[in-house]
Amino acid sequence: MSLEEPLPDTVQEQSADDLEALLGDLVIGREEHINAPGFVIRPDTVQESLRRLRDDAGFDHLSCVTAQEYEDRFESIYHLKKFDDPTQEVSVVVPADKENPVSQSADAVFRTADWHEREAYDLVGIQYEDHPDLRRILLPDTWQGHPLSMDYDQDQPQIVALREHANPLQEDHRSETDSDTMFLNIGPHHPATHGVLHVKATLEGEQIADVESDLGYLHRCEEQLCQNSTYRHQIMPYPDRWDYISAGLLNEWAYARAAEDLNDIEVPEYAQIIRTMGAELCRMAAHFLALGTFALDVYGDFTAIFMYAIRDREEVQNILEDLTGQRLMFNYFRLGGVVWDLPEPRDEFFENIRDYLDELPEHLEEYHDLVTGNEILQLRTIGTGVLPPEVAKSYGATGPVARGSGIDYDLRRDDPYGYYDELDWDVIVEDGCDNYSRLLVRMQEVEQSARIVEQCIDLLEDWPEDERNIQSNVPRTLRPDDDTEIYRAVEGAKGELGIYIRADGTDKPGRFKIRSPCFSNLQTLPEMSNGEYVPDMIAALGSLDIVLGEVDR
Amino acid sequence: MSSDQPFITDDSQVLTETRDARLTGQDDRFNSRLREAFGSSPFILTKFDKFMNWVRGSSMFMLQFGIACCSIEMMHTYAVKHDLDRFGAGVPRASPRQADVIIIPGTIVSKFAPRMKRVYDQMPEPKFVIGMGSCTISGGPFQEGYNVVKGAEEVIPVDIHIPGCPPRPEALVYGVAKLQERIANGESSPVVVKPYELEQFGDLSRDEIVDQLAKEIDTDDLVMRYNWADSP
Repeated sequence: MSLEEPLPDTVQEQSADDLEALLGDLVIGREEHINAPGFVIRPDTVQESLRRLRDDAGFDHLSCVTAQEYEDRFESIYHLKKFDDPTQEVSVVVPADKENPVSQSADAVFRTADWHEREAYDLVGIQYEDHPDLRRILLPDTWQGHPLSMDYDQDQPQIVALREHANPLQEDHRSETDSDTMFLNIGPHHPATHGVLHVKATLEGEQIADVESDLGYLHRCEEQLCQNSTYRHQIMPYPDRWDYISAGLLNEWAYARAAEDLNDIEVPEYAQIIRTMGAELCRMAAHFLALGTFALDVYGDFTAIFMYAIRDREEVQNILEDLTGQRLMFNYFRLGGVVWDLPEPRDEFFENIRDYLDELPEHLEEYHDLVTGNEILQLRTIGTGVLPPEVAKSYGATGPVARGSGIDYDLRRDDPYGYYDELDWDVIVEDGCDNYSRLLVRMQEVEQSARIVEQCIDLLEDWPEDERNIQSNVPRTLRPDDDTEIYRAVEGAKGELGIYIRADGTDKPGRFKIRSPCFSNLQTLPEMSNGEYVPDMIAALGSLDIVLGEVDR
Repeated sequence: MSSDQPFITDDSQVLTETRDARLTGQDDRFNSRLREAFGSSPFILTKFDKFMNWVRGSSMFMLQFGIACCSIEMMHTYAVKHDLDRFGAGVPRASPRQADVIIIPGTIVSKFAPRMKRVYDQMPEPKFVIGMGSCTISGGPFQEGYNVVKGAEEVIPVDIHIPGCPPRPEALVYGVAKLQERIANGESSPVVVKPYELEQFGDLSRDEIVDQLAKEIDTDDLVMRYNWADSP
C-alpha cells in the first residue's frame, strides 16, 4: 500500500483484501454488495475508518449515506468512491444498536456527511455523535417519530408550527454581541429560490456573514413511495418527478440502471441508443432552463433570455413528446429497455431532430451574445461564488458544479453505461471555479449533448429493421434475492444521481435510497456566498441550478 | 426659440386631419365593431356588479408562485408559444399583495401548507384559486406519503381544479378561461372552514401530542394540526 499520490492517468486500484488489510482490526465483518465490497465496522470508529480510506486509499468522494432499520439493528452505509475513478467503490457499513442507535458522525472527515446524516436522523432516527448540528432537515422541527423507521405510525396526528410568522422587520434581529448583523429571510415563496427553498441569511453590513438553507418544503416521501411499489412497473413513474425540469429520462435511467444490475437484466443495444438519445435531449432541456433562470436571477428580466430559453425547451419538448407521449413526465423507460419504438413515420421524426440540431448553433450564438458575452453578466459572475475544487470534493459536489470547479468527473465517461462509450463526445471542464464557469460548462454541455444526439440518430436511422429490439425478456414479477444490496449512479442533469436498493426477497424494495446531486450541491452554498454580497449569493444559488423536487425528494 | 411668437402648439391641423380621417373612413382605429354596435351613443347601461365582474375576469394578476413539477408547465404557459397574456391573465406578480389569482402548481406537504395559507391570506379580496395538477386535487401520485397534504382544498378554497400530472399548458389556459367565465358570471367558490387551519397552539384541544409539544411551542405560536387518520 503506497501513500503516494496516485498518478493522474492510472488510478491505483486496491483489491478488497488490500482494503481490509488497510482497515486492519477496525473491520468486524465483511459484506458483499453488488457494486462494491462492504466492511462492517464498530459505530465508534467511523471517522478513523473513513480517514484511512480517504487518505491512504484515495477514496475521496463520499457519495451517499444510507440509513436503514433491520429487525435487530440500525445501519448506516457510507458509499465511498474516487473522483478519479468512480468504478472503484467501497461501502462502509456501520451497525447501530436497536434500542439506542448511536453512531459516530463522519462530518469531520467529509463535510458532505453533515446534511446526509441529518437526513438519516430525520427519516430513520439514528443519532450521530459529534455531529455539529443534528436537527431535522426535511420534516418540520416539531414532527413526532421517524417515518422510515419500523414502528412509525403514519396515522398519528402531527402539529407544524409557523415559526417564522413574525414580521422580521418588527424586531431588529441584532444579536447582543456583534451589533452589526442583520437577519434576512429569503423564501420559501420567492422568485429567486427556484422553488420552495428557504434561505436564512445573516448579513454584516451588505455582506453575507452566514447563510443557512432550510429544506423540506417539497419533501414528498419519494423513498417511502418507492419502497411501497413493485420493481417492474410501479416505481418508474416516480423518478420523473425528482428532477422535474424535463430531466425525466435521466432520472428514470438512474432507477433502471440500479434495478437492471440488481436483477441481471440485459438491455438490447438498440434500446440503449434510444435511451442515450432521449437522455441527452432531456439534458439539453434541463440546461436551457438553468440558463434562462440564471439569467433571470442575474439580470432580473423576465424577457428576452428567459423567453429564448423557453422557446428552445419547447422544441426539445416537442421532440420528446413525439418520442414518449408526454411533455414532462415521460415514464418511457422500462426495466430491460424502453416502452415503445421511435414514432412513425421515422423519417419525419429524424428530420425534426435534425432541423432542430441544425438551428442550435445559431441559437447558442445568440445566447453567447446575450449572456456570456455580456459585460454586465461577466462583472456579476466572474470571480463570484468561488468554489475551490478541494472544497467541492469534500462536499460531494458533482455535475456541472464540480466540472465548473475543474474536477474532471463525469459518470457517462468514467463509469460508462448506455451507449456513451461508443460515441464521440467530450467532457467539459472549466477551471474558473466561479458562477461564470458553471454557466459556461452548461452551455458547452448542450453542444456536446447535441453531438451525442446526432450520432444516435445516425445509428438509429441505419439500424436494420428486423433487429429493432426495444425490450429484453423480463419476468413479470421481479424478486431479487433477499439481502442483496446495490448502489448505482448515473450522470443526471445536475450531477451524480445514485440509487441504493436493498432487496428483501419480495417484489418491492426493502430500502430505496435516492442520492440526489442537488442535495449535495446545495450544501456548498455557504462556502460560495459567505463574505459576498446578497445579489452574488442569489447568483451563486442560481448557478448551482437546484431543483427542490430532487433536493427534498 | 428665435420666433417672436409666444410658444403655442398649433394642433388645429392635427385634429382636423384626424377627424377627417375618421369621418371618411380612412382611419377606422376608433370605429371598432363594438362602437358600431353601440351606435352613436357614447354611453352604455349595465349593472355595476356585472361591469366589475367583467373587469375582474378580463384583467387578472397572477401570483408568481412555484411549488413543484407543475410550475415548470406554468412557466411555459406564461412564456412564448402559449402566452397566457393573450387572455388577460399573464402578468405574474411577485408579491401576494398585488395579485388576485393564485395558481397552486404542485404538491403541498406538511411544512409548506401553513406558508401557503399565509400567502393566500395576504392576497387582497376578491381572490381566486386555481388548483393545478392532481396533487392539488388529492395529493396525486404522492397521496400515500406520510408528509403530503391530500389536496389544496384541505387548506384553502379552490375555484377551479385542473387535472393532469402535470396538465399541459393548453389545459391550464382552458382552466384560466373557465375561471374568467365564472368570475364574469359572479361565481366564486364558497369560503368554508377548512380541515386544516392556522390556529394558536394554546387553542388546540389538549391530547397526547399537544402535551408532548407543550415545551417546544409557545401558546401563541401559530400552528397547523394535521389529523392524518381523518384525511380522505
